[in-house]
Amino acid sequence: MTVFVLRRLVQTLLVLLITSVLVFGGLFMIGDPVEILVNPSADQIEKERATKALGLDKPLHEQYVGFLRGALSGNLGNSFVYARPALEVIFERMPATLELAFLAMVIAVVLGIPLGLYAGLRPHSPLAKTIMAGSILGFSLPTFWVGLILILVFAVTLGWLPSTGRGPTTNVFGLQLSIFNWDGLRYALLPAINLALFKLSLIIRLTRAQVREQSLLDYIKFARAKGLSNTRVIGVHLLKNILIPLVTVVGLELGSVIAFAVVTETIFAWPGMGKLVIDSIFQLDRPVVVAYLLVVVFMFILINLVVDILYSVLDPRVRLSEVKG
Amino acid sequence: MSAVVVPAAVVETPWQRFRRQFAESRLALIGLALLVVVVAIALLAPWIAPQNPYDLAKLDLLDARLPPGATAADGMTYWLGTDGQGRDMLSAILYGLRVSLYVGIASGVIALTLGAVIGVLAAYLGGRFEQIVMRIVDIQLGFPAILVALILLAVLGKGVDKIIIALVTVQWAYYARTARSAALVERHKEYIEAARALGLGAWRIVLRHLLPNSLPPLIVVGTVQVAHAIALEATLSFLGLGLPPTEPSLGLLIANGYEVLMSGKYWISVYPGVALLLTILAINLVGDQLRDVLNPRLSR
Repeated sequence: MTVFVLRRLVQTLLVLLITSVLVFGGLFMIGDPVEILVNPSADQIEKERATKALGLDKPLHEQYVGFLRGALSGNLGNSFVYARPALEVIFERMPATLELAFLAMVIAVVLGIPLGLYAGLRPHSPLAKTIMAGSILGFSLPTFWVGLILILVFAVTLGWLPSTGRGPTTNVFGLQLSIFNWDGLRYALLPAINLALFKLSLIIRLTRAQVREQSLLDYIKFARAKGLSNTRVIGVHLLKNILIPLVTVVGLELGSVIAFAVVTETIFAWPGMGKLVIDSIFQLDRPVVVAYLLVVVFMFILINLVVDILYSVLDPRVRLSEVKG
Repeated sequence: MSAVVVPAAVVETPWQRFRRQFAESRLALIGLALLVVVVAIALLAPWIAPQNPYDLAKLDLLDARLPPGATAADGMTYWLGTDGQGRDMLSAILYGLRVSLYVGIASGVIALTLGAVIGVLAAYLGGRFEQIVMRIVDIQLGFPAILVALILLAVLGKGVDKIIIALVTVQWAYYARTARSAALVERHKEYIEAARALGLGAWRIVLRHLLPNSLPPLIVVGTVQVAHAIALEATLSFLGLGLPPTEPSLGLLIANGYEVLMSGKYWISVYPGVALLLTILAINLVGDQLRDVLNPRLSR
């Protein structure tokens, strides 16, 4: 276990290093941030001064070494646009993205597992077929377009929910979160549903497939033969076994939800780190883009690690030492 | 004369069996029909579109943002309305479909070829090469496609060729993984051993024997991936990172309507979205059935 975690950590550092080299090198080939940052009427001298101030006059490898040196002390450079540490800017926006991703995942799980369970247990009923057809639709709907339709229907036409922005926040353990008050939740609802739709379809399909596979196995037959009630067979025996793959997928999908929030946040003008990175790409705010990617990559690796550990807890047959590190 | 028709022993060719099994699902047939229509429309766009949406001389700014069904000064009816530049939406969608399909299919074919060769080679050669390839695949699949494509396009810039490069980069790993696992199964079968015993070269065995026999799962992954690629391209274009405005795909058309959506001018975003949805839905319906038919584990 310790060896496993340690090996993962070394690997994490390696992946982070490679990511930083690739992204750093790639981003620094494009455009000139100074052109965007300085006043359009600025003369050559002013531009040169700005270039020097941002450290862009040095050759690429020197800039990278400077970046690495800063990174070792937890400083990923200053944002060109905000003139503050890039990490600080990102961490400020992170709670907004995380609460959105979390809410979306909750919606997907709370609706997806029961629907998938039903579709798996009664595969030939009309309702099950409707659910499955709906899940294909959910897979096929482009997320960003659904976002627009949600705004059109619920905000513009019906006027039930606000269309864009984030509502009032409450302070929860030092984090500014909006889902703990009704007004804030109203703002979060549309983007969260938008983000949840694809994952909902995925969870429905996965649950159904698992239920159908597991229902045929001996332990279910045995449980039924023992005369256990239907509720107990499904609720305890079946559910426990289909949870194992579900936990993996839900965990891994959490990372993809955070990444996909880029799209949803742009549509709903949700001030999270996804919108931040899109804005930063267009403003050529390189330090923020690099820092965002490193933060997200780190989060992914962390999520993967937690999922692997959870997996071994849920399924005693899995030994972490055997899992490829 | 009155010959008794003796039924010949029915021997189904694999192709016949495939067709019969595929046709068992009505939903899949609907999807297939829809797909044929979509592809036909995309191919025939220049001949069936009421207007050439790229010909700026034909556009009249006075006709900008007309609702569906409005009539132009020259008597033409805008069945799906017009966009901000007075462009007929129906024509723009037909041409946009062309771009979307082209990008999706081209990137899919390139990624499949690349991924399949790498994957099969990894399975055949094993050892160091396999380890390195699979590690890269693992790491890449650990990251969501949208993020990788986003950064790539931020670096590469806009353009059809660039978005294809980005889509190939995010897709090849899926094919490589699928091809490798399919080839691992095939590798130990007798015909490969026979080929080896005949002294055939590695390339010949990989390309002529392993690859063709590893194809069915690749086709299944391929259909799903093409649908993904089309959706991903639309998403990236919507974010302003995909195609240049001179070649509007469906995603870009939807983006153009985003600004006026709040004022109730829904048609500029909604109709291209419907076209996109129908395309992806058709591919997914076909892909779903293909998976069931081509899956050897589901004994039928």
